[in-house]
Amino acid sequence: MTLTFEDFPPGHFGTFGPRRVTREEILEFAAEYDPQPMHLDEEAASRSMLKGLSASGWHLCAIMMRMIFDGYISRTASLGSPGVNELRWLAALRPGDDITLDVEVAEARISRSRPDTGIVTFKAVARNGAGEALCEWVSPIIVRRRDAMKAEQAG
Amino acid sequence: MPFYEDIKVGQRGELGSFTFTAELIKKFASQFDPQRFHLDEEEGRKSLFGGLTASGWHVAAVCMKLMVAYAQRHARHAAERGDEVAIGGPSPGFRDLRWIKPVLAGDTVTFFSEVESLRASSTRPEWGIVQARNTGTNQRGELVFSFLAAGFVPRRNAKP
Repeated sequence: MTLTFEDFPPGHFGTFGPRRVTREEILEFAAEYDPQPMHLDEEAASRSMLKGLSASGWHLCAIMMRMIFDGYISRTASLGSPGVNELRWLAALRPGDDITLDVEVAEARISRSRPDTGIVTFKAVARNGAGEALCEWVSPIIVRRRDAMKAEQAG
Repeated sequence: MPFYEDIKVGQRGELGSFTFTAELIKKFASQFDPQRFHLDEEEGRKSLFGGLTASGWHVAAVCMKLMVAYAQRHARHAAERGDEVAIGGPSPGFRDLRWIKPVLAGDTVTFFSEVESLRASSTRPEWGIVQARNTGTNQRGELVFSFLAAGFVPRRNAKP
């Protein structure tokens, strides 16, 4: 069953994960995309503001993307996202952390320019196993409306 | 990475360029964002994007990659001049990130960074916070990507 705009009323949507993040994948992502010593080297990381090896914030973003893909985007009539309103990195993601993602629909409205679609704004919070918030992410996605999907399937 | 005191509002740097090949687009997408328009040419053509499109998070990660390389070149030059090298801190986050146009297979994106604001950290006296508008422009001169980044930069003579 494909999820459409109507399946995203404002309120709590779901909790996804846990997803374990290993040291190896932290180092691999950092080496490719964010080779700062605080993401690659224990010793340098211990002297950094984050006081220990931590994942690149962009790695956490990519992991959250994969978690929402597996959680619901893969079965949503999504046309993509225009961007991110706000994203805050609140605490360091450490090797071995188990991430859970709490997703809330902050706002859902029909698009004025494309009335066969709606704009669903999500607020997602990633937490580690201790329940500490690591990241808060507010982003709209464009989702097709049910009637538009039905009309296309019928036609 | 310069020290807080050496940064001026309006400073603009060209971070570097990157070509998003079909192979790299699919590799990132298969790991982190396996939506069909990021994995398959035909699905991309049928989508709103009109072709195999890089994940927006891939574009953002590449911007970071080029930003780090840019900062490392800067640090190397400072070290060669015998200047003290500043080591940048983490970022508290970003705002207003926009994927303005799709980055299609074969596109080359050039990234820029322009300082928008500077302030001393109220809670960490050895650090300042810089806000910069980071952008990406494709080979046709079209703005494709933009966000307002924030980052901690060390203050001169204030060792943590």
